[in-house]
Amino acid sequence: MSVQPSEALVTAPLSAPGTFSRAFRRLRGDPLGMLGLILVLLMVFCAIAGPSIAPFDPFKIRVTERFTPPSLPHVFGTDNIGRDVFSRVLVGSRIALTVGGLSIAISLVIGLVLGLCAGYGPRWLDNFLLLVFDSVYSFPTVILGLTVMTLLGPSMTNLILVVVVVQTPAYARLIRTATLSIKGSEYILAIRSLGASPARVLFVHILPNIIGPLFIIASMDIPAVITLEAGLTYLGMGIPPPAPSWGRILLDGFDNIRDAPWIVVAGGIPLIVTTLGFTFFGESLRDLMDPRLRRNL
Amino acid sequence: MLVYTLQRIGLSFLICVTSICLLFSAIHLIPGDPASIMLGSRATPELRERLNHELGLDQPVPMQLVNFLGRVAQGDLGTDLWSQRPVSTMVAESLPYTLTLIAAGLGWSALVGIPLGCYSAIRRNTWADRLTGILSVGTISIPSFVVAIYALLFFSIELDWFPVIGAGDEGNLGDQLWHLVLPSFAVGLGWVGYLARIVRASMLEVMGENHVRTARAFGLPEGKIILHYALRIAILPTITLLALAIGGMLSSAVFAESIFARPGIGKLIVDAANLRDYPLVQGAALTTVVLFAFAMPIADLLVAWLDPRVRATF
Repeated sequence: MSVQPSEALVTAPLSAPGTFSRAFRRLRGDPLGMLGLILVLLMVFCAIAGPSIAPFDPFKIRVTERFTPPSLPHVFGTDNIGRDVFSRVLVGSRIALTVGGLSIAISLVIGLVLGLCAGYGPRWLDNFLLLVFDSVYSFPTVILGLTVMTLLGPSMTNLILVVVVVQTPAYARLIRTATLSIKGSEYILAIRSLGASPARVLFVHILPNIIGPLFIIASMDIPAVITLEAGLTYLGMGIPPPAPSWGRILLDGFDNIRDAPWIVVAGGIPLIVTTLGFTFFGESLRDLMDPRLRRNL
Repeated sequence: MLVYTLQRIGLSFLICVTSICLLFSAIHLIPGDPASIMLGSRATPELRERLNHELGLDQPVPMQLVNFLGRVAQGDLGTDLWSQRPVSTMVAESLPYTLTLIAAGLGWSALVGIPLGCYSAIRRNTWADRLTGILSVGTISIPSFVVAIYALLFFSIELDWFPVIGAGDEGNLGDQLWHLVLPSFAVGLGWVGYLARIVRASMLEVMGENHVRTARAFGLPEGKIILHYALRIAILPTITLLALAIGGMLSSAVFAESIFARPGIGKLIVDAANLRDYPLVQGAALTTVVLFAFAMPIADLLVAWLDPRVRATF
């Protein structure tokens, strides 16, 4: 029986030559996926080059120019203390992507270890960890974030910690399920009967088989994390001022929504563009790599 | 069936207890003295000692946990640090507003999302279906607080159609409903997309089944087949999704309530968090966990009750 192309994509190691070029060729046939990719690349470009291409200093206060409506040279206008909103939006992309990338990477590592322990370890450990995961999971995300921030106080590090607390159970659960399904297979039994240590079984024989799909799922979580960062900052419990987080721009704009509506509009646009970009790209990538990955919401 | 019910409810109960333990231990896990963190710059040694005593932090930790669990079991969530009122009273006052908001959000998203998904499935691969698909992904991914702010800016400030703040006058139902429109729009919009997608997927699955083919072969009108034989089955997964939506909407409600200055549990938590009033945040957060933890088994039981195939597996 011939192997379906999508299955071949999953069973082939991700680094196999041609996998990415093949994936890219198929992506080109999907206009929404391409649009997503372009938006994601735009966002990454802004995050890297933002501070150097920003037309104004995003922190520079010019009281004489406060509440300048959008016009040249202030494309998105200025805010209540005369800072150029466009420059702040550009520089804000770096904050969004840093929080998104770092926190997801950390939660992946922790979730991986906890998930492997739960899936491969003794039954009681599995039950205990599952209970903790489910308990953390039953907190509404923003409310959990606010609770942790109340104790720790608003800062970038604490915000990353909040996202790690929110995201880790999801990854740990996925890894646990994948580990359980692989644990009983014959090659694991074989390597165990040869006397391999649990660490070797887990990291050399199980991990490489389950990690691929996890990366795709994790990359699809980036918009949710960026939203959480901006949301908590908007509520005053995220990144403290004057850092130009998109949530901060929205908060500054909301306080002056009648005088200067362009500030909230400018603060919301990058959030919409980024979340749409990552979602379209992620969906297309997922369908491309493996239709079976469709997560049940 | 009874065993299953008890198991599900027992699990929710266990989740609630674990959440209480987590909330409780969080205060001990953070570096530094909780009292001085809560008091911030106001901290004097006397104030700190008083707060430590009020929160029971001068007792041994296991003792504190037992006391805390005992008090929560009796419905006592502690005392608000600033107003000195019982947290449970404050939560009880704001909960109805949030529940109304969530019910309105669930209601309108189901009323729009389910028919949309159904229509999309019937008109599969037409431009209308594709447009619905794109709109679904769009509404799912746009953050609810951006929707809320934009809605406020456009409909309340620019067009002046809807009120900007508050929940409406007490006793004036029309006014209260009018105040509910924009917040529930913001809270529900994302779920329209989710519901449309899941109904579309499950409709497509059901429409391919044998009984639908048989119904067609008998010459039943297409409308009856869709409504009576397909949608009735296809709608079941939405029940679980709606329970999940309660959790998501509790998060969105936090934003909707602070943006539209509506009273509610979300606004209560945000205000308390900005004052670093942990007992109030803790009590309110716990209430949302209980709500969500029990919504899931209720949804599962509802599905089991409605679907003979699921019921048969017990």
